[in-house]
Amino acid sequence: MLTVPLGSLAESLFSFLMTAALVLSFVMVGSHWLRNHIIAFATESWVIAVLSASVAYYGHYQELYIIAVLTALFRGMLLPYLLLRLVNRLDIHREFRPLFRPASGMLTGALLIVVAFALSSSIGDKLKVSNSIALMALTAMFGLMLIGFLLMVVRSEAISHILGLLVIENGIFLGSQILIPGFAILLELVILFDLLIIVMTFGILVRYLKTHAGTTSSQELQKLVG
Amino acid sequence: MLIALEILWTVPALAIVISFFRGGRARHEYVNLLSAAAVFGASLTLLIIAPARPRVVAWGYIIISPFGNWVVFCAGTVYLLTSIYSIGYMRILNLTANQASRFYGLLEGFALSMLVAPCMNNPGLYWIVIDLTTIISAFLVGFEREAESIEASWKYLIIVSSGLSLSLLGIVLFYWGGTFHLGPVYSMTWAALHSVAGKVPPSLLLTSFLLVLIGFGTKAGLAPMHTWLPDAHSEGPAPVSAMLSGALLNTAVLGIVRFLHILDGTKASVPAHLAVVIIGVFSLLIAAMFIVRQQGIKRLMAYSSIEHIGIITIGFGFGGILGTAGAMYQMLNHSLNKSLMFFGAGNAMRSYKSKEIDKIRRVLSYYPVTGTLWLLGAIAITGAPPFGLFQSEVAILRAGITSTNSWSVWLIAVLLIVIFVSFMNHFRSMYFGLEPEANGLPTMQFSCWLEVPMWLSLTAILVLGLWWPSGLLHFFIEAGKSL
Repeated sequence: MLTVPLGSLAESLFSFLMTAALVLSFVMVGSHWLRNHIIAFATESWVIAVLSASVAYYGHYQELYIIAVLTALFRGMLLPYLLLRLVNRLDIHREFRPLFRPASGMLTGALLIVVAFALSSSIGDKLKVSNSIALMALTAMFGLMLIGFLLMVVRSEAISHILGLLVIENGIFLGSQILIPGFAILLELVILFDLLIIVMTFGILVRYLKTHAGTTSSQELQKLVG
Repeated sequence: MLIALEILWTVPALAIVISFFRGGRARHEYVNLLSAAAVFGASLTLLIIAPARPRVVAWGYIIISPFGNWVVFCAGTVYLLTSIYSIGYMRILNLTANQASRFYGLLEGFALSMLVAPCMNNPGLYWIVIDLTTIISAFLVGFEREAESIEASWKYLIIVSSGLSLSLLGIVLFYWGGTFHLGPVYSMTWAALHSVAGKVPPSLLLTSFLLVLIGFGTKAGLAPMHTWLPDAHSEGPAPVSAMLSGALLNTAVLGIVRFLHILDGTKASVPAHLAVVIIGVFSLLIAAMFIVRQQGIKRLMAYSSIEHIGIITIGFGFGGILGTAGAMYQMLNHSLNKSLMFFGAGNAMRSYKSKEIDKIRRVLSYYPVTGTLWLLGAIAITGAPPFGLFQSEVAILRAGITSTNSWSVWLIAVLLIVIFVSFMNHFRSMYFGLEPEANGLPTMQFSCWLEVPMWLSLTAILVLGLWWPSGLLHFFIEAGKSL
C-alpha cells in the first residue's frame, strides 16, 4: 500500500482520477454504440496511465513510470485500435437487443458502486485502514469489476463481452497500483502482454463466430445446452 | 533433477518450433509422439528423484515440490496417451499437412503450458500460465471450425477469462494483506504468503480465498461455474477433450489447493475448508442431475469430469493425511480413466457418426475388443471395484467421516450411487439396447493407434485399484506436508 504521506493535492488528484475512471465506466453502461464503449475504454486507460505516473511521482516508484507509458500505449491506443478495427470489419456498430435500457443500466451500475463502497468500508474497518486513498482504490477496484460483469451480463454482442472483461482488468490494475505499488513489475508487464494476446485471440474467434456460426450475439448462440 | 526439468520444458518447446516448419503429416505426428514420450520419462524421473522438501530454483521463480511434480506427472501421462491416440484419431479426420502442423503445434503448446504452471513459485505467474492454457486450448476446442465448436470455444474463453479475473483480484488482496506486516514490497511466493497468513485478519484472508476459489474453480469446472465445460469437452476433437479433462482440470485444482494450504493454521482455515467441501458436493449434485438425463456421449463424460473434480476438491477440503492422499490418488486415476473414456467415446462417435447416445447401439457386437475396454472403463469411472477410483474414493470418504465436515459423507455416497446407476444405464442401452437403424451400421475398423492407449490406461487403473503401492502412500503423506 502507498505508505508515504501524501499532500492534499496528491490525495485530491488520486481521488479525481479514480472517480474519473468510474464515471467513464458509466459511459459504457449508458451507451449502446460500440464505438463509444471503445473510446470510453481508451480514455479510462489513459486516466489509469496518469494515475500510474502520479503514484510513481508521489510514491517514488520509478518502475511505475514504465508501466504508465505501457498502459497508455497498449491499453490506451493499441487495444482500442484493434477493437475499432474489429467493429468496422464485422460491421456491427451497436447493441441491438440489450437486456437493459440505458437508464436502468446506469441505475444498476450506481447500485453496484454502493455495494462496492459498502464492501470496501467493511474491509477497511476490519483492517483498521484509515487511509482514504486506499479505501477509494478498493471501491474503484470492486466497482469497476462489478460494472465489467454487468456489461457482460446485460450485453449480448461478443465485442461487448470483450470490453466487459477489459473493464474488469482495468479495475484490478487500477486498484493494485495504489494497494500494492511494489507488486512485482515483471508481473504487470506480463499481464499487459497477456491482455494483448487475449484481445487478438478474441479477435480471431469473433471472426470465426461470424463466419461459421453466422452471428456474434450470444442470444443467438443457443446450440449447446444440457 | 534440473536436467529432468529442462527436458520436460525444452522438448515440447522444440517440438513447437519444429511444427512451424513445412513437413508431411507423419512428421508432425511422430515429433509430437517423441516429445510426449520424453515428457513422460522426464516427469516420472522428476517424481522419483526430487527431494521430499520443496526446492526453489531460478532466482525463486520455479518451485520443485512433490505436489507440483505429481500434477506434472498426471499431465505428462495424459499427454503421452493422447499423443498416441491423436495419431489414429486425426488420421480419420484426414488433416492436410498444414492442419496437422497447427493441431500438433497447439497440442504441444497446451501440454507445455500445463507442465510449466505447477512449477511456478509466484502465484501471479501461475495465474498467467493458467490464462495461457485457456487461450491455447480455446483454439484446440474450435479446431474443427464447425458452428458448435466455435460457439463452445467462445463460451470457454469468455467464461474462464472472467472467472480467472476474480482469482487475480483474490491474489492481489492476498498480497495486500501481507504488506501490512512485510512492508510494501516483498517477494510474492507461495511460501511468503503462507508465512504471513497468520498475521492477516481472517476476514480478508477468507474474502481473498473465496475469490480465488471461484476463479480457479471456474477453470477447474466446479459447479456452478462449470457451464463452459460440457460444451468445450464435447465439441473439441476427442484427444483434446482427454487433455482438457485429464490434465487441465488437475492443474487448476492445484491453485485452489495451494491457497487452501496457505490458510492452514489461521482462523480462516475452517470456513475455507467448509466452502471447498460445499462447492465440491454441489458439483457432484449438478453432475448427478445432468448425467441422469444426458443424451450426448461426450457430454456424459464431461459431466463425469465435473463429478471427479468435485470429489478431488472434497478430498482436499476434508484434508488430513487420508483426504489429501485420496485426492492426489484420485487425480491420477481420473487422468487415466477419463482419457480412456474419451478415447472410447471418440471411437464410438466416429464409427456411429453421431454424438448421441441413442444412435450408439450394440457396441459389443460390432467392436468386441474396444467395446470391452470402454465398458470396463465405464465401470471403473463410476468408482466401482476393483479399479483405482474405488480406492481413492473410499479413502476420501473415510477421511470425511473423521473430518469436521462429516455431514457431507452420506450425501456424497448417495450422489455417487445415483451417478453409478445412471451412468451404467446409459451404457446398458448402448451395449444391449435395440439394433441401430440399418443405414447407421458402423463399419469403421479401428487402427492400433486407437486401441493401444485404451489398453494402457485400463491396465494402469486396474493395477492401481488392486495394489496401492506403499511407496506411493508414503509419497502422498510427504507431499501433503508441503502442498
